[in-house]
Amino acid sequence: MQAFTSVSGVAAALPLANVDTDVIMPKQFLKGITRDGLAEGVFHDLRLDASGNPRPDFILNRPGYAAVRFLIVGPNFGCGSSREHAVWGLQQLGIRALIGSTFASIFHDNCFKNGLLPVSLPIDAVEGIRSHCSSPARSTLRIDLPGQVIQLDDGRRVGFQIDALRKEDLIEGRDSIQTTLTTIADINDFERRHWASWPWIEPGRNTP
Amino acid sequence: MEQPIVSAPGAGPATLYDKIVATHAIRRLGEKHVLLYVDRHILNEYTSPQAFAGLRAAGRRVRRPEACFGVVDHVNPTTPERTARIADPRAARQVEYFLGNCAESGIECCGILDPRQGIEHVVVPEQGIALPGMVIACGDSHTTTYGALGALGFGIGTSEVEHLLATQTLVYEPLKRMRVTIEGHLPPGVTAKDIVMTLIGQIGAAGATGFAVEFAGAAVESLDMAGRMTLSNMIVEAGARGALIAPDETTIRYLRGRPRAPRDAHWIAALRDWGSLRSDPGALFDKELQLQAQGVVPLVSWGTSPEQVIGVDQRIPEPDAETDSARREGMRRALEYMGLRPGTPIQDVKIDRAFIGSCTNGRLEDLRSAAEILRGRRVVAGVRAMVVPGSTQVRREAEAEGIDRIFIEAGFEWRQSGCSMCLAMNEDVLASGERCASSTNRNFEGRQGRGGRTHLMSPAMVAAAALTGRITDVRVLQRD
Repeated sequence: MQAFTSVSGVAAALPLANVDTDVIMPKQFLKGITRDGLAEGVFHDLRLDASGNPRPDFILNRPGYAAVRFLIVGPNFGCGSSREHAVWGLQQLGIRALIGSTFASIFHDNCFKNGLLPVSLPIDAVEGIRSHCSSPARSTLRIDLPGQVIQLDDGRRVGFQIDALRKEDLIEGRDSIQTTLTTIADINDFERRHWASWPWIEPGRNTP
Repeated sequence: MEQPIVSAPGAGPATLYDKIVATHAIRRLGEKHVLLYVDRHILNEYTSPQAFAGLRAAGRRVRRPEACFGVVDHVNPTTPERTARIADPRAARQVEYFLGNCAESGIECCGILDPRQGIEHVVVPEQGIALPGMVIACGDSHTTTYGALGALGFGIGTSEVEHLLATQTLVYEPLKRMRVTIEGHLPPGVTAKDIVMTLIGQIGAAGATGFAVEFAGAAVESLDMAGRMTLSNMIVEAGARGALIAPDETTIRYLRGRPRAPRDAHWIAALRDWGSLRSDPGALFDKELQLQAQGVVPLVSWGTSPEQVIGVDQRIPEPDAETDSARREGMRRALEYMGLRPGTPIQDVKIDRAFIGSCTNGRLEDLRSAAEILRGRRVVAGVRAMVVPGSTQVRREAEAEGIDRIFIEAGFEWRQSGCSMCLAMNEDVLASGERCASSTNRNFEGRQGRGGRTHLMSPAMVAAAALTGRITDVRVLQRD
């Protein structure tokens, strides 16, 4: 997982509500067996018209957003399909954090597992940042995860909340599988008790 | 059990959700999370490849292959003649890689030609793999389906698939609890699909985010298992990360004799245990909703979010009447994408395609309800209609009942099972501008094909639309 401590860069606003993972990463990009090559799929139908030409009105196609690092998103961002390809693609496009009021739950988990920071703020605070970042010239932010603060280019600071465990994992870029495997003895003990209490759910028991 | 980790069953009235989480929590992690034991892990070809690759790269093994079950469902063709040949080389490679990963890890897996093959969330209950009280995870959002059996099922991403393969656990944040009580009886022509679409319309596409939803009440108790699966499956479109229905006689009747259901002394012990799998009287929910079944009508989606639904007797809404600006903008955008004008009666909307299938509505009961409308009638000229049974077993059972003949004689294509045009990862795709009456779960932009326009509805409503060529109130076509 990519660690996240402090990142600066340009933010682009994508304020639509209920942007689903089908829109973030359409189905034709889901047929790989690796995580690679997904940057071209991100927001494919929003970025490109039916002939494959860039749509000039889409924000990421406008001048000044080539090096975009953050997206300011609408409510319920990432709803729908569990496809983690959406997160991988956003990262491959260079996106390091998302700022929004609410995120869909599987997508939210997927972000943390990959080091893409989803910052949740009250809707008014999101709106405040979005209206400030109305042009690329004013859109450079700094997100400081240890300090839990977003700093705008005029010096304004917006604090945010984050679960302590997830924060640590992100700062350390921790491999959560490795962490869990250090407690494998607990899992073994649990399994023995679990199957003693409910023997019919022990896997392999009811194989025809 | 020793010291409970999360809540304490026995210490006070507990919800069914809390009971299941408590019996699967291994330890606390930080303030909000627990290490959760997962009884069964369901895998498919498209969300697992990078997880297996990750394991391999780290030199790790699948910890409990016998707790895993794989099914090829998302990319396989559904042509009427069953074939394992996949024209798209990338999809073919994905299937080959999946089968190889499962074989190498010792995971049982249904390939395309397996007689059990089907959509994972149809196959797993069918085989008796999902049992009351279990925790089940899968790299697919519609894993909430297993709530119909009183099992906590939820979708996970590929990184979590890898974590689960390696450890048989997940780092889990327990959810808030919501109870939806549906009283009364469903009117004729109204199905579980209409109930869940009504709910999503009321609470919105994020209305259940952060919640596990328990369904209760007389109308839920009177639903068959297929209907309960439709409810549990589609509530994920309101953001729920888990659904539950307390197991009862209907559940037990459904499970008895299934290939993986417990047998003999274990069956007796299981039945005794399942009787306790219900929310205690007085258990507290973070949110309670009530719905009267009598008031529910056949629903149709008009937009590009599952919350954008109306009754079949209504007109397409006017964005200007919406006070919330984000919602208003969403409505305008949806109408433009869908090529619709506000104020149009939804029944004036003509369709090009009709699709019956999916993990929401691809079960035998769903096919029966559509066949009942189609019997002795013909799909109108100009509409291409497809039925894709939820599993190979559903297809066989339907054929044994003669339902295939009804579909074929009506002009439907009778196809092989798979996810098919629910998400259009295989060659079953809408062309740009095509409008489809669909028994699926998502009407997102481009979901069924770039530029394709999806109207979600029940299978019987899809059948009615196929007969007339426009969105139609199924109640008009019902027979006594």
